[in-house]
Amino acid sequence: MTLDHHPAASYLARIDPRARVVAVVLLAIAIAAADRFAVPATALAAGLLGTLCSGVSMPTAVRRLLPLNVLMLLMALVLPLTTPGQPVLEIGWLSFSREGFELAALIAVKGNAIVLLLLVLLDSLDATTLGHTLSHLRVPDKLTHLLLFTVRYLDVLHREYLRMRAAMKVRAFRPRMNRHTYRTYGHLVGMLLVRSFERSERIVAAMKCRGFHGRFYLFEHFHFSRRDVPFCAVSLLLLLTLVLMEWA
Amino acid sequence: MSEPLIRFHDVDFSYGPDRPVLKGCDFQLPPHGRVALVGPNGCGKTTLLHLIVGLLRPDAGRIEAFGKVRSAEADFHEVRRRAGLLFQDADDQLFCPTVCEDVAFGPMNLGKTRGESRRIVDETLDALGLAGYQHRITYRLSGGEKRLVALATVLAMQPEVLLLDEPTSGLDDRATDRLAEILAGLPQALIVASHDREFLDRVTTSTVRLEDGKTR
Repeated sequence: MTLDHHPAASYLARIDPRARVVAVVLLAIAIAAADRFAVPATALAAGLLGTLCSGVSMPTAVRRLLPLNVLMLLMALVLPLTTPGQPVLEIGWLSFSREGFELAALIAVKGNAIVLLLLVLLDSLDATTLGHTLSHLRVPDKLTHLLLFTVRYLDVLHREYLRMRAAMKVRAFRPRMNRHTYRTYGHLVGMLLVRSFERSERIVAAMKCRGFHGRFYLFEHFHFSRRDVPFCAVSLLLLLTLVLMEWA
Repeated sequence: MSEPLIRFHDVDFSYGPDRPVLKGCDFQLPPHGRVALVGPNGCGKTTLLHLIVGLLRPDAGRIEAFGKVRSAEADFHEVRRRAGLLFQDADDQLFCPTVCEDVAFGPMNLGKTRGESRRIVDETLDALGLAGYQHRITYRLSGGEKRLVALATVLAMQPEVLLLDEPTSGLDDRATDRLAEILAGLPQALIVASHDREFLDRVTTSTVRLEDGKTR
């Protein structure tokens, strides 16, 4: 998901966003709940295939997967030490268990599979569309409003932050490891909070002036079309496969 | 002579004991009046506009709008419908993701149907030369575009009075020119708070000066 809107080109990007969100949520649940290694492995293969077909560029995919895999690497070091089981490697008094490695591998494959599916299905959605999609899927209004307001004002607050940073710089501020620096950053964050609060009050005032009484109205409408049928069929088939592999 | 649209009678207002703003302020907006509100920074121009629509309440004095005395929150609901306030910072006014939703927000709150609102959105945007902006994302508009869309959100409520708070701040000459042209062509009574003398001369016909908490 990105804040910026890019022109939708691929087949997947033109699928009804509601279908994509539902598919990704159901698949993620099935993957996360699985105990057998084959389930997330199949999903990972599907995710890779999807990445190749959907036109997501490889650098993008790697960039999204990198932070996750750094975390996974840490787990692969820690889990074999903390999971009891048959030792496969002993260094001094440290003993790495086979079960620990298997668990770490399972989690790594699950994580990568889910992130890849998210990337394939939701990367072409901008945040605004996602907000509308969630709203159409009957996600509570408070949550979708929170998302939409965040998207709307993130940029405004970021510019406010940059203006203050610039104001600090032109008066020769250089961050150092000293009290002055900490205090200045404290002021910066404090001012940002105060300004955000004041802005929120002005926004409420503007909304009141236009007769706001607790409701937002959505104008974006999504249409389920014939184009979406093959996508839903493939997603359903994948979901069924995963479920059967786990429980059959 | 017919009743003024808005009348302040001996209004006091302060932001705390050490920040008095208005002191015994009298003010009138006659029917079809086009009033320039001028005065030094911090003299209370914005405060006066916010008092009219009840975002602030006076400490003393009486505010009349559209022929009635207004004092409680409920009194101002009608005032806000009939007097549209354009905020100084368009980012405060545009909070919906897309232009269409933002402009439709007011009409929908007034109980218009989706179809009616959509028609109002199209007409208002057309009138401001913003046809085709419906699906633009509000936070990615330029400063001038934001100001015009903010004006559209106000006009979509079909107000009888326009209250404009520093409408030209941050606009370049071309955007200012376009705004002046649009405002000069609108039939509504209006109050414009601004420091831009040239702009005020094009849009308004009389001037009220606010100084030391009083109008003169």
